[in-house]
Amino acid sequence: MSVAIKDDEIDIVIGAVRSDLTSFLNEWRPMFSRFHLIIVKDPDLKEELKIPEGFNLDVYEKPYMDRVVGSSTSVLFSGYACRYFGYLVSRKKYIISIDDDCLPARDPKGFVVDAVSHHITNLTTPATPFFFNTLYDPFAEGSDFVRGYPFSLRSGVKCALSCGLWLNLGDYDAPTQALKAKQRNSRYVDAVMTVPAGSLVPISGINIAFDREVLGPALVPALKLAGEGKFRWETMEDIWSGLCVKVVCDHLGLGVKTGLPYVWRTDRGDPIASLKKEWEGVKLMEEVVPFFQSVRLPREATTVEDCVVEVANAAKERLGSTDPVFARAAKAMLDWVNLWKSVGYISSSSSAV
Amino acid sequence: MATVSPTPLLKDELDIVIPTIRNLDFLEMWRPFFQPYHLIIVQDGDPSKVIKVPDGFDYELYNRNDINRILGPKASCISFKDSACRCFGYMVSKKKYIYTIDDDCFVAKDPSGKDINALEQHIKNLLCPSTPFFFNTLYDPYRDGADFVRGYPFSLREGVPTAVSHGLWLNIPDYDAPTQLVKPLERNTRYVDAIMSIPKGTLFPMCGMNLAFNRELIGPAMYFGLMGDGQPIGRYDDMWAGWCTKVICDHLGLGVKTGLPYIWHSKASNPFVNLKKEYKGIYWQEELIPFFQSVTLPKDCTTVQKCYIEISKQVKAKLSKVDDYFNKLADAMVTWIDAWDELNPSVAKSAELPNGAAK
Repeated sequence: MSVAIKDDEIDIVIGAVRSDLTSFLNEWRPMFSRFHLIIVKDPDLKEELKIPEGFNLDVYEKPYMDRVVGSSTSVLFSGYACRYFGYLVSRKKYIISIDDDCLPARDPKGFVVDAVSHHITNLTTPATPFFFNTLYDPFAEGSDFVRGYPFSLRSGVKCALSCGLWLNLGDYDAPTQALKAKQRNSRYVDAVMTVPAGSLVPISGINIAFDREVLGPALVPALKLAGEGKFRWETMEDIWSGLCVKVVCDHLGLGVKTGLPYVWRTDRGDPIASLKKEWEGVKLMEEVVPFFQSVRLPREATTVEDCVVEVANAAKERLGSTDPVFARAAKAMLDWVNLWKSVGYISSSSSAV
Repeated sequence: MATVSPTPLLKDELDIVIPTIRNLDFLEMWRPFFQPYHLIIVQDGDPSKVIKVPDGFDYELYNRNDINRILGPKASCISFKDSACRCFGYMVSKKKYIYTIDDDCFVAKDPSGKDINALEQHIKNLLCPSTPFFFNTLYDPYRDGADFVRGYPFSLREGVPTAVSHGLWLNIPDYDAPTQLVKPLERNTRYVDAIMSIPKGTLFPMCGMNLAFNRELIGPAMYFGLMGDGQPIGRYDDMWAGWCTKVICDHLGLGVKTGLPYIWHSKASNPFVNLKKEYKGIYWQEELIPFFQSVTLPKDCTTVQKCYIEISKQVKAKLSKVDDYFNKLADAMVTWIDAWDELNPSVAKSAELPNGAAK
């Protein structure tokens, strides 16, 4: 853990799409117990949440969410997107968010991976998006910039987002997982790297961390599939959100890292059943990726909010007529920015709790 | 780790190019992996010295006299007293693939203790597609046990042909002189079990120590520049080739991979000697990187040679103000292409062969 970071600068935001969080939180206890947790219950979830004792946490459920944002807007937060409510109400600088079906992983030496600590290290060391370092993260222990790396680029830029990976159940789409039913990700790649500027990447929401103070509303609960369900195979919200974040980061000169830390993703769900729902998402990506690749943000967009609004307007204009899901996503992004302005920004003026 | 199907040897399609000024003792360790292949040895330095090649290898060896004889006045583009001379080997090869390795690089071991067959991994990398248009967070999607992640568009899953496979090094890392001076004891002990495509539009520092490429796809771009004796700069040969190569690959829709395989780099060169060689490069690269990042190639540059000639024109136009060296380098780039086309008349793939550009 970086010495400069105080525990009270971090919120761990967990979106509860399943009600029983007992084993999840108990497994993560050694890593989570120092920090404040925000648990957001999926508004569609009917059962009572089961949460073990001994954590410093706040739990948010539908009635509260309706009061804060209005019941018509709280639909933004259904399913996996419930975690965004946690981002909205957090008052901390850094947020770490992990799916509730993931457990701590072990590295090849058998040591338990402290995903929280790794994410914070990623966020508090510079990113290097303008030139690829062939030894990956130059700030890692035992590593550095290689010969040929321009010196003027060696101080790097602020890292705004840290995308971790998953052992066991990889984050594949339903067709891929259905085809390779037994495939599990067992390869531990001991590296963190910066995703180069101008390069887009499918950012999985399963295991991420970000600098809330810097990114604000750049992570957007926007793309909701018509048949969206309660398995990651049945969603694309995080992919859309991640593409938006990457475009914004590239424009504002912020960095996005990918790689370590790993979490262990437990087997859950049936990809074949999800296939029926997720085809929609797979098809939509054919439009979504070229769209984000072609978005150009104007020079005047100097804040995250401006950037998100520009992306939303571009989405409405260029994709709105392709599929109503995009028009809805664009509107959701604008609603989200407004929500952030009224609810999310209280944090920047008040001191951290 | 078991592979689904064995990697083809490609022994009649691949040449191993080795520049040397010392000796070739290192080949003994590589014998199990290299013996099936034809070697092209480029002997740098004093041509009267006899470099002994270990028995049992099939090879051709070129010293400076050979280079001068074969290229005549065009030999001026081939560096002397610098491993950049290796690119002569690329030019005279008749094979589809090239693997080049330094004579202080040995067989490394993977974390399980098994010897790494670097050449086999490079061949795998070159034979399977690259994915430069969208980053796959699980790295090489074609590897055993991996795939494209959720969100990766299906239309991009076929990938593009791989032109370059850039391998890495355990033990002595490839640092520049200032870093070596500050961290003389640092060793690269981290085995990163990944291969990835370098995204389109992103430049990287290409190291020539452990490098393979498809000569038919990108060969003419692999000119290692004017370095060494009589030149103001050294240790930027592979960097220069890498920047040109990446720009051209991006333009032509070809892929560049980096990562596995690792070799064991045994010898740390003298950092003070390196500093003298690199010194100009360190501050020139501040101009070179923005230059390469902004190079655009016109649509009618449809062959590597055309792209390369176009880059040489832009080097002359935009970099000669940095130093007169770049005027000479731009000329040498044209000479290189002329020499390449002369020695490889049937390799040019497009309908028309590029004429030598006006000097």
